[in-house]
Amino acid sequence: MDYQFLWPPVIKALPKLLDAALLTMQVSVISMIFGLSIGLLLSFGRRSKYFIPRTLSSIWVEIARNTPVLFQIFFCYWGLGEFGIFLSSFVAVVTALSFNTAGYMAETFRGGFNAIPDTQLNAARSLGMSFFQTQRYIIVPQVLRVIYYPMTNQFIWVILMSSLGMLAGLRELTGETQYFNSRTFRTFEFFAATAVIYYIIAKLVMLGARLLGWRLFRGQS
Amino acid sequence: MNSAGSAFTNLSWVDLIFLGEAAIRTLQISIVSIFFGTVIGIILGWMLAAGNVFVRIAVSSILDVFRSVPLIIQLILFDSFVSIAGYPMPAFWSGTIVLSVYCAALVAMVARAGIEAVSPNLRRAARSLGMGYWQDLRYIVWPVGLRAVFPSWIGVALSVLKDSALVSAIGYLELMRASQILTTKTQESFKIMLLIGLFYFLMSYPISKAGEFVEKKWQS
Repeated sequence: MDYQFLWPPVIKALPKLLDAALLTMQVSVISMIFGLSIGLLLSFGRRSKYFIPRTLSSIWVEIARNTPVLFQIFFCYWGLGEFGIFLSSFVAVVTALSFNTAGYMAETFRGGFNAIPDTQLNAARSLGMSFFQTQRYIIVPQVLRVIYYPMTNQFIWVILMSSLGMLAGLRELTGETQYFNSRTFRTFEFFAATAVIYYIIAKLVMLGARLLGWRLFRGQS
Repeated sequence: MNSAGSAFTNLSWVDLIFLGEAAIRTLQISIVSIFFGTVIGIILGWMLAAGNVFVRIAVSSILDVFRSVPLIIQLILFDSFVSIAGYPMPAFWSGTIVLSVYCAALVAMVARAGIEAVSPNLRRAARSLGMGYWQDLRYIVWPVGLRAVFPSWIGVALSVLKDSALVSAIGYLELMRASQILTTKTQESFKIMLLIGLFYFLMSYPISKAGEFVEKKWQS
C-alpha cells in the first residue's frame, strides 16, 4: 500500500462540514415534522369508513413503502418537471423524505392505535370525560409510549437517508463532502470523517431520545 | 434526427431493453447480497444471542456502526478503500460486499430476536430428551424461531432490494443509473421514472403482502 493518507485538508474543511451537518439536521427535522403530521392523517384515513380517503391513504402508504427513497427523491427533483413543477434540491429532498416518513409512520401509528382497546375509550367517556379529555389523558399517552422508539428509529433513518440529497445536488453533509472530494480528490479521508460525524449525530440523537423517554415514561413500566 | 432541431431521441425499444437489462442487474445484486447477508447475519445473530458478554458487546457495537452510517457513505468509503489498498474491484463486487454486510447487520438483529423468541423451557426440554446443542438449534430453535421472525426477515430483504438503488453512486449500472442515463438521452424523465418506480413497486409490493399474509396466518 503506497498511498499517503493526507488529513490536513479534512481538518481545514471541518467547520464547513459541521455547517453542512446543520443543514442535514434541518432537512431531517422538517421532514420528520411533516412526515409525522401527514402520517397521523394517513393512519386516520386508512381507518376511515369512506372509500376515497381510505384508498388514497393506502396508495400513499404502499408507494412510500415499496419504492426506494432514492427513487422518490429523483422523482421529486426530475420527474415532476413534466408538470412544470421545478423544485429546488432542498424542497425536493424534504418533500421526498416527508412522503417516505409519512408512509412508514402511518403504519406505526396504526399499530399504536390498535394497541388500545375500544373499551377503554367507552370507559373514559362513561366516566364523564369529554372527547378531548379522553384523547389527552387516555389515548395519547398510551399511543406515544408504543410509537416512541419506532419514531426515534425513523428519525435516525431520516438523518441517514438525507445523505441521498447529495445525488440531487443538495449540499448537506454528504453533498458538502462530495464537493470537497471533487476539489481535493481525498475521497477516503473526507468520507471517513463524514462517516464519523454521522455516527456521532446518530448516537447523540439516540442518547437524547433515551433520556427524554426515561423522563416521559418514568414509573410507568 | 427524429424531429427537426431536437438533439434528443424518443424513448425506443432499444431503451426499454436497456432498462430491462438494468432491472435484471438490480435483481442479481440484490439476491446475491440478501443471500450472503442472511447467512452471515444468522451467524452473527447466534453470536449475539448465545455468546458471552464480550462477544455480545463486540459484535453489537460493530454492527451498530453499519446501522448508524448512511449506506451511500459506506459504499463510497469501501470503494475508495479497495482502490487505495491496491485491490480495485468491479462495482458489482464492492457493491455486493457492502450491501451484504449491511444486510447482515440488519439480519443479525432479526436472528437474535428469533432465537430469543424460543422459550428457554422448550430448549431445556429438548436437551433433557437427550438432544445435543446443535440438534436443539436445528430441530427446536430454527423452526420455532423462524416462524416468529420470518415476516421481519422479509422486511429486511425488501429494504436491501430497495437500497440496492444506491449502488448506482459507485457506478454500477443498475436500474436507477440506467434511468438517469436514459433521462439525459431522451429528456423523458417522467415516463422513465414511472417505469422504474413501477418495477420496484411490482417487485416489492407482492412480497410484502405475502409476508403480511404469512404473519397473520401464523399468528392465528
